[in-house]
Amino acid sequence: MKRWLALLVLLPALALAQDMVTRDGVTLTPAQEARAENIGDQLRCLVCQNESIEDSNAKLAGQLRGIIRQQVVQGVPDQDIMNYMVQRYGIFVLLKPPVSPLTWLLYAMPVLALLLGGVAFFAARRGGAAPAPLTEAERARLDELL
Amino acid sequence: MSPWRRRLLFGIPLALAVAGGEGFYTILRRMQANNYDPHALPSPLIGKRPPAFSLPGVAGMQGFANTDIAAPRQPMLVNWFASWCVPCLQEAPMLAKLAASELAIWGIAYEDDPQALAQFLAQNGNPYQRLAADADGTTAINWGVYGVPETYFIDKTGIVRWRYAGALTDDVVDSVLNPLLTKYA
Amino acid sequence: MIPELGHFALACAVALAFAQGVVGIFGPGLRDARALHAAPVLTLSHFAAISLAFLALVWAGVVSDFTVENIADFSSSAVPLIYRITGVWGNHDGSILLWCLILSLCGSAVAVFGGGLPASLRSRVLGVLGLVSGGFLLFTLTVSDPFARLWPPPLEGAGVNPILQDPGLAFHPPVLYTGYVGFSVAFAFAIAALIEGRIDAAWGRWVRPWALLSWCFLTAGIALGSWWSYYTLGWGGYWFWDPVENAALLPWLTGTALLHCAIVVEKRESLKAWTVLLAIATFSLSLSGTFLVRSGILNSVHSFAAAPDQGLFILALLGLTIGGSLLLFAIRAPVLAATGIYAPISRESALVLNNIFLCAIAAVVFTGTLYPPFANLLFGIQLSVGAPFYNQTVLPLTAPIILAMGAGPLLAWKRADLLPALQRLWLAGAAALLVFLVLSATRHVIAALGLAGGAWVVIAALTDLAGRVRLFRVPLANSAARFFTLPRGTIGAAMGHIGFGVSVLGIAGMTLAVQKVVVLQPGQSTELGGYTWTLQDIHDAPGPNYSQRVADITVDGLTLHPSRRFFAAQHVITNDAAIHTNGFQDIYAVFADEPASGGAELRLNRHPMAPEIWFGGLIMALGGFVSLSDRRLRVGAPSRRRKPEGAVA
Repeated sequence: MKRWLALLVLLPALALAQDMVTRDGVTLTPAQEARAENIGDQLRCLVCQNESIEDSNAKLAGQLRGIIRQQVVQGVPDQDIMNYMVQRYGIFVLLKPPVSPLTWLLYAMPVLALLLGGVAFFAARRGGAAPAPLTEAERARLDELL
Repeated sequence: MSPWRRRLLFGIPLALAVAGGEGFYTILRRMQANNYDPHALPSPLIGKRPPAFSLPGVAGMQGFANTDIAAPRQPMLVNWFASWCVPCLQEAPMLAKLAASELAIWGIAYEDDPQALAQFLAQNGNPYQRLAADADGTTAINWGVYGVPETYFIDKTGIVRWRYAGALTDDVVDSVLNPLLTKYA
Repeated sequence: MIPELGHFALACAVALAFAQGVVGIFGPGLRDARALHAAPVLTLSHFAAISLAFLALVWAGVVSDFTVENIADFSSSAVPLIYRITGVWGNHDGSILLWCLILSLCGSAVAVFGGGLPASLRSRVLGVLGLVSGGFLLFTLTVSDPFARLWPPPLEGAGVNPILQDPGLAFHPPVLYTGYVGFSVAFAFAIAALIEGRIDAAWGRWVRPWALLSWCFLTAGIALGSWWSYYTLGWGGYWFWDPVENAALLPWLTGTALLHCAIVVEKRESLKAWTVLLAIATFSLSLSGTFLVRSGILNSVHSFAAAPDQGLFILALLGLTIGGSLLLFAIRAPVLAATGIYAPISRESALVLNNIFLCAIAAVVFTGTLYPPFANLLFGIQLSVGAPFYNQTVLPLTAPIILAMGAGPLLAWKRADLLPALQRLWLAGAAALLVFLVLSATRHVIAALGLAGGAWVVIAALTDLAGRVRLFRVPLANSAARFFTLPRGTIGAAMGHIGFGVSVLGIAGMTLAVQKVVVLQPGQSTELGGYTWTLQDIHDAPGPNYSQRVADITVDGLTLHPSRRFFAAQHVITNDAAIHTNGFQDIYAVFADEPASGGAELRLNRHPMAPEIWFGGLIMALGGFVSLSDRRLRVGAPSRRRKPEGAVA
């Protein structure tokens, strides 16, 4: 009993000493919290569907944030935590779709668009006709003016 | 560049727009036929067994575990609901109808209070053969449940074949559930 | 009675709009002076009719006439007057009516201010606008009627969505729509010119003010929307790459490219095809944006209720408008041949480079927004494309634009020397480098690059202005005099670039934002961003249609009052963020929750440079208006006195 009391008294001191953060029921170091926030920023809240789970006020988002933090404290790597979420909710939960043949077009678009823009520009430029040669009447008028 | 080649080059935006238009048209038609909902998520459980769980019973009913639905004798539904959820209230008559037609429905109450639950069942009838309680939502997360109500269709071999998020309506039952029941009978 | 009149006026508007369309396009071909000049009259009559209809709906909202279904569904008598008025466009049907009203207003502006245009061109422009208006009015009247009646009327309306009861959001739709819809004029000019078969420098001059005016409103509308979501939604963000936000950004990107292209057409008769295509694309993107949001196809926080039937009607309208215009574009391709030539290093080239990158960004955003529905359609896979993707792909593409923006205005037309221009920019370059070095020491590379880029753009624009007033090379008084006689177009353009630079500074600064989520009891403090935040007290403060809990927080000598409001009628809770700004930094507190164990859960933020994001937008829009006041841009009669041509702007 005394050991428990001692622990209870010491814990807050420990927390203060290391400047620990408590979020969604889990206590972690600032570095761990930063990692958890980074992971959360890449996951979509499924209730509101247009916020990340870090920004969302939904209850489910809070629960998922708690799970992420628990796993971060346990030392689970980022990719495994993401896989945990994808296993349960599908790839829709990722705000950035995984790179696969399905998404090659999406990820290649910046370069593709630049290439196409450049090509279109040069093609249209080369196709520009030189001004049509002057007709007889126009040539005569030009001589008149000059 | 000859005029016609130029026209062909300049026709590319038109071709893209037409392709896009075709795509949108198809999507809209499917939405009309209720075959497409941009807000609905496909469940990763489809084609797999439900994850391991064991939940206690509530409101005087018996709870169940994943082993209990590993090989049901007939296709069955697992319905996630809550007494505080308005669409669940709207869904209750439909569930009663389905239960009366000999379809086994096992329920899981999501983050609910036993007393409120008992009142809900008393007021709306109890279509469930078994009723478990997921008080903290952990099992729901493992199933990939993101709201209530959600209904899972499980075939005779215990594999999930369909997940519907939202209240079951006549439309959905006629167009999707009944064909599934026939297919997996 | 009044709603019935409004409904009748709406029907008249449909007829008048189609009359405007047919007469406008075919009138010039009839070789009859009356037919040639009929379009403006029809346009103004059409505007009168739709205005009556709109006023009737507003009247119904003001007096809370619940026999009008729209008012019963989306308003209530408990709502303050201003929101009974602005709530008219806070729902699908009312907002489409507003869209039609603004479209008609644009047509009227052309009818009234287009006196300097050739009569046939003006008639055809009005004709195209009439057809587009007619289509949307028909849609409103048949499928999306705001005047549908309800009998017997309910005793009370369902109420205005609490989120909409806010001044920022009340004005965001009209300003934004004016931007969206304003590009219909540039579109109409493009189509009219394609029909006539002639695109030349004069056309470039005529189209530019209309494109510029719409661009100003679109910039302001997007900035307003972003600012509103920052101070209202309580998550401290200002842009989420939500499909509807993208739908507004896309026409802005192509519209900016259009503006720059139109300059080249006017000065050099080059880039005609590109300009026409951009004019078509910008309005097409506006229309598509409307479609996507209202059809329910896209997964968006802004979506109105999904309505596939309405979606099909709009898709048909889109098919006719976009398909028809692009078909015309393809057929008239030979007319759009380039006639000007310019060197690889020249102002034309800089503008082309700018366009390629703007359009590349637009292509990326477009692809990202449409990927989910098409992936679902073609492969049955539901994926999502969100902020991390766009940040990763779009931000690198803005770097070349930022670099080119600095040097571009200092290059000459046709053929320019890059080195002298860069030498003139030594100050801008040095400042950028300095900013980068100072910030990269803090290891925030993105912020360092962004702030350096913003500094480069702003100082480069100022360098350009300084050069034009010969600052430090002639007496200061002389420079001041020169400044006031500078063409307003030049000042406006410089302001536009400065505004953009300021926004870049703001966005880069925001990447250095810090946030803390903490539960405090009254009297407790916490540290964040170098400040001590203390929760003093939590108390009640009920409002007209809500109950409210307010938290008092003191920080850095100020008191903030973030609150939570509970709207009984709609079972909605909103978080009212408390923001304090000193012009260069925002302190932002949100009262997130009141835990059962007492105290308050607070989200505290420090946002460096946040106000700059919207100051920049404001400066850009103002710059556009300053440009518009330039006499040379007015669509007026050509000057009577012969001015020497060829002066470089």
